[in-house]
Amino acid sequence: MITMENVCKTYKIAKRNAGFAQACKSLFHREYETICALNNVSFTINDGEMVGYIGPNGAGKSSTIKILSGILTPDSGKVLVNGKIPQKNRIEHVKNIGVVFGQRSQLWWDVPVIDSFELLKDIYSIPESDYKNNLDELTELLDLAHLLRSPARQLSLGQRMRCEIAASLLHSPHILFLDEPTIGLDAVSKLAVRDFILKQNKIHGTTVILTTHDMQDIEALTSRIILIGKGRILMDGTLDDIKKGNDNNIDETIAELYRAYDI
Amino acid sequence: MGLQYRAAALAGIVTQFAWGFLEILMFRAFYRADASAFPMDFSALSSYIWLQQSFLALFAAWMMENDIMDSIVTGNISYELCRPISIYNMWYTRSIANRLARAFLRCFPILAVAVFIPNPYGIAAPASLLHFLLFLITLILGLAVTVSFCMLIYVLAFFTVSAQGLRIVFTSVVEFFTGGLIPLPFFPEKMQRVMELLPFASMQNVALRIYSGSMGGYEMKKAVIIQVFWLVAVTAAGKLLCHVAEKRIVVQGG
Repeated sequence: MITMENVCKTYKIAKRNAGFAQACKSLFHREYETICALNNVSFTINDGEMVGYIGPNGAGKSSTIKILSGILTPDSGKVLVNGKIPQKNRIEHVKNIGVVFGQRSQLWWDVPVIDSFELLKDIYSIPESDYKNNLDELTELLDLAHLLRSPARQLSLGQRMRCEIAASLLHSPHILFLDEPTIGLDAVSKLAVRDFILKQNKIHGTTVILTTHDMQDIEALTSRIILIGKGRILMDGTLDDIKKGNDNNIDETIAELYRAYDI
Repeated sequence: MGLQYRAAALAGIVTQFAWGFLEILMFRAFYRADASAFPMDFSALSSYIWLQQSFLALFAAWMMENDIMDSIVTGNISYELCRPISIYNMWYTRSIANRLARAFLRCFPILAVAVFIPNPYGIAAPASLLHFLLFLITLILGLAVTVSFCMLIYVLAFFTVSAQGLRIVFTSVVEFFTGGLIPLPFFPEKMQRVMELLPFASMQNVALRIYSGSMGGYEMKKAVIIQVFWLVAVTAAGKLLCHVAEKRIVVQGG
């Protein structure tokens, strides 16, 4: 179970106007703006749930994921994942979670993907038989067989993303955080990834939290949706709650929702 | 990584040969003028230079792990923090491994050739078996101190956003104070006494000088103790800073 209670997180950002004069001025005097990335965020997610976490750019989605995975420390509020505070004992915590950051890479750039996987096996101390099973399963479901022996740097974005997702699941985590996992994927891979996530949830009961801008992902995967904007939770409900009486396609509905909340 | 790129390894070996020859030729010119004015004899100096070139990858402070710096600067660090291991230990191991891999690949060709270069320009046999064993021990200690120091720079990058400035200052200071440019005995005596207490002298200086026998028994003992002291002190400082940094980390780039 995952709970967040009144979690706040602020960032300090140095700002200045354009131009040389302004640049010189900022050498001596710097203006900072405090941005409230998360403002009293609270929610509870039960084991085995699949939750879509949506919101416009800069709403605080990734910050939430980073706090839940123990990377960032919240300014205030309480975070509990399976009864424990992620930041307190990061190493114990991350053994049970898998994270995919769609915009970053966890594969070692220069070496073949399979070497990265082997390294992860050692890092997580995954037993040999589990590793083999997981690897076989992932290879088949994500169609990785011909990618494993190439260096990560020579894979296309979509190919790499499939490997990234596999890498995050080698240690059979109970909780999976996916931060925009489908960017750059072609139609076939996208479907494969969605299918795969659904299966993980069904077979292993994995809790999945997914942020995305692709509403089809949300439609295909999640029953529950949390909408965040300007650091606040604005809505927590089902896809039907959002669609309610609206015949437009999902993207337009969401855009309308963003406008209605002025976020 | 050292094994992944063949051309880089080959180029490294060639560079180190050229560098070693040039340095020896330069010193030869000085020695010709007045050999008695120098604190090491010429053949010891040649050994020093060849060993330095063979094991360059173990001690060169400028050979930092770009991946680590990049991961802090671009925010890829978030993945490393998702792993169930301490980032300090992981980076430490990685640096050591990378340096060993590089040094392993490069040291043999250089050593093999340097052995056959006639005296006093080539590498001489170690002063004694004891000296050789001590050389190996201090070589490992020196590597550990070097990596601990680089770790400090990586960890400080958490606080400064970009580590470029720190890195430039650090590498030039180290190069000078470790005896990378000229061996420490060549410095004026008073300066040398201070320099030998600094952590930089615990990097390559000790091992290279022990091999060529330019250190007395008491000096060797003292040098090893200083090495151990710095290893513990610098590592502890790095771990502490790393702990503080992890708490106040900001992931850059969304």
